[in-house]
Amino acid sequence: MTIADHERLMDETEPVAGVREKLERIWETEPGLIGWLSTVDHKEIGLRYIVTSFIFLALGGIEALIMRLQLAQPNQTLVTPKQYNELFSLHGITMIFLYALPVLSGFSNYLFPLILGARDMAFPRLNAFSYWTYLAAGLLLYASLAMGAAPNDGWFNYVPFALTKYNPGPNMDFYALGMILLGISTTVGAANFIVTAMRLRAPGMTVSKIPVLTWGTTTVSVGNLFAVPAVSLAFFLLWLDRRFGTHFFGAMEGGQPLLWQHLFWIFAHPWVYVVVLPAMGLVSDALPIFCRRPLVGYAAVIFGTITTMILGFGVWLHHMFATGLPFLALSFFSGASFVITIPSAIAVFAWIATIWTGRPVITTAFLYFAAFIAMFVIGGVSGVMTAAVPADLQLTDTYFIVAHLHYVLIGINVFAVLGAIYVWFPKFTGRLLSERIGRWNFWLVFIGFNLAFFPMHITGLLGMPRRIYTYPENFGWDIANLIITIGAFILASGILLLLINVAVSLRSGALAGPNPWDAPTLEWATTSPPPPYNFSTIPTVASRYPLWERRLYGEAYSRVGRGPALDKGKEAVATSALEAEPDTILKMPEDSIAPFVTACAMLALFFAGLFQVWSLAAAAAGATFLGLVFWLWPRKQSESEGAP
Amino acid sequence: MSEASAPLDLQAGHHALGWSGVIMLILTEASLFIYLQFSYYYFVAQNGRNFFPASPPEFKLSLPNTIILLISSITAWRASRAARTHARGRTSFWLILTIILGAIFLAVQFQEWASKPFNPSTNAYGSLYFTITGFHMAHVAAGLLILFFLLLWLVMRRIDERRESPVGVGAAYWHFVDVVWLTVFFSLYIVPHL
Repeated sequence: MTIADHERLMDETEPVAGVREKLERIWETEPGLIGWLSTVDHKEIGLRYIVTSFIFLALGGIEALIMRLQLAQPNQTLVTPKQYNELFSLHGITMIFLYALPVLSGFSNYLFPLILGARDMAFPRLNAFSYWTYLAAGLLLYASLAMGAAPNDGWFNYVPFALTKYNPGPNMDFYALGMILLGISTTVGAANFIVTAMRLRAPGMTVSKIPVLTWGTTTVSVGNLFAVPAVSLAFFLLWLDRRFGTHFFGAMEGGQPLLWQHLFWIFAHPWVYVVVLPAMGLVSDALPIFCRRPLVGYAAVIFGTITTMILGFGVWLHHMFATGLPFLALSFFSGASFVITIPSAIAVFAWIATIWTGRPVITTAFLYFAAFIAMFVIGGVSGVMTAAVPADLQLTDTYFIVAHLHYVLIGINVFAVLGAIYVWFPKFTGRLLSERIGRWNFWLVFIGFNLAFFPMHITGLLGMPRRIYTYPENFGWDIANLIITIGAFILASGILLLLINVAVSLRSGALAGPNPWDAPTLEWATTSPPPPYNFSTIPTVASRYPLWERRLYGEAYSRVGRGPALDKGKEAVATSALEAEPDTILKMPEDSIAPFVTACAMLALFFAGLFQVWSLAAAAAGATFLGLVFWLWPRKQSESEGAP
Repeated sequence: MSEASAPLDLQAGHHALGWSGVIMLILTEASLFIYLQFSYYYFVAQNGRNFFPASPPEFKLSLPNTIILLISSITAWRASRAARTHARGRTSFWLILTIILGAIFLAVQFQEWASKPFNPSTNAYGSLYFTITGFHMAHVAAGLLILFFLLLWLVMRRIDERRESPVGVGAAYWHFVDVVWLTVFFSLYIVPHL
């Protein structure tokens, strides 16, 4: 850093007149379609993530409702067995891969720079690329449905059924290539979150002052860097087996079917934590707002988050207890699965203590967070039950597991997300969601969810296998299944009501102002919605709750609203990783169409590979390469810089 | 690929975000090779010695080739050191040398491929041999492209004094590709003889 830069960062004055207009001109996205496709604004990308993931949530939900109609009564014939296989497979793939993480990536993308006091993500173009690739992967996976060849082997896609001998159509190729494409999106997104959290925090935001959401998302991003290659490789090897005659998985040709399960679960068990830890972070940051006090046990929660992720890499075998593994392996992984309950439960006690010792304000968001804690406990307990090998041997592949995983995924992911929407919608749009519709929304979702999934514990214990397309009468499953179907439709109506609330409140919701909840973190220090540059001056942070300092400590130590404006081009501050000391002034990249073009070329490449049109594949690979070269081509400094 | 974008937009030295970016890339790619070799050792564990072909891979070409790749790491390191002192000519020289050595490695690898009596669909060993070495060769090719474009931008004076860090970042990726080869060499060439 030059001395001149250093002096600029020492500026402690309020912004001079005209600075906001200048920053607006520097940071705003060009109007029009090209501008829309080129934007690298993290807020725009974050909202796109959230909206897209909700569209996938709705699609996956419709698939679930069709399944529930089929299962409402015994011996139904609404769908054929083949269609049913495709429905439950696509439902799982959609919810787990196209909704659960992307929605959290959306919140993290939108909120990271705002809660860290930064102006954008570390790699804004990579951020845009990550979104476009996610969308491309979603389109590729759903093209299978349009072609009537959706994946049909469940979301964990076991061989040998996934091999060409039993599955000759393109169904599995869609899944394999779609997942590799999605893996690219997840990986570059993860790298971006990690570097942003390490290097773009506001000066003064030392590691002990980082919001919990950042910890959660950064932790799972590190996990993703290590875990995603396992599944990308598994699907790549599967594709080689299917289309190029290799012998990785086919037992008859000397392959190892269990290798698939190992590679898949080495990824997919950490993934379970990946889709909940950021959601837990959202709650840890938002619950204190409504309890009117700081989070209890911040350090313990962070410790629990990181430990859970690490241990999450050591429990994958508990998905394979019934595959005839050696006894010693079963014991070890069973033990590890019990141990992981300890760090993952720390946060539960922290939340309860926060509510207990706070003065809760009962809003829709608070109701969602409270329900989230209760659902977490139910899903956690049923998880501990299946950590015991003897119990698991009875319960695996029954509806008990279906109940468990929905309590975990809906309980810890969806409930947190719905609550977070009520909290941050005013920041996104400038308007509050209706609390009146909100109550109806919450209670419908809460009652519907429990009606739909609690009885599954019982049908599972009564021996109902998962993934059967119908069942005979008089097995004692009839009434429970009818209740489940009714619950599913109540849950769906609750979600529909949320969409109505969003539509109504967008137009006529109460104006929010910068900080409608009197919340403590930096995103509430700027306007709602925030300007393209987020903050007109770079804040300096002195505590975990910068906007509550006067109340907590009697004086405002953090510096918000004054400081360096950094208006000589698209500028941001990089800080050191631990102490958050100002390190250098970064020149942030301009908007660019290259990420969009590159993602399109990659989608063409994957389609060409899927249909094995090698001439098209070569052209698309060339286009991808050219897109990257164009993207990376260094522009002269002066092109992006106003002043010397 | 895209991750390499980082350095060029940014400031010089280890403060640049490009360094953080390439570390992320290396971590995730390292995991990929760990899972590839996990698959290999899984087969070894399940099948024992029978898994290896009757005549396991030889050292005749692979050992000199390994040495060539190791030397290319030294030349890449010299290039990044020259870049730090803003010596454009010397940086280009060491980059060109690295690219030539890398290209020789790749050519010898293709020679090895051509001389194999089995192919990827002969048996599981063949599938793994060609997939693991293929993945590594793809990474060498990517590394060569990165070095080539760094050279091009250096000659075109697109990388100026304030932007020497891209050469260091590219060299870091190249070192990574070389280290991966050492693990692949150990697993595929040495382990069958143990």
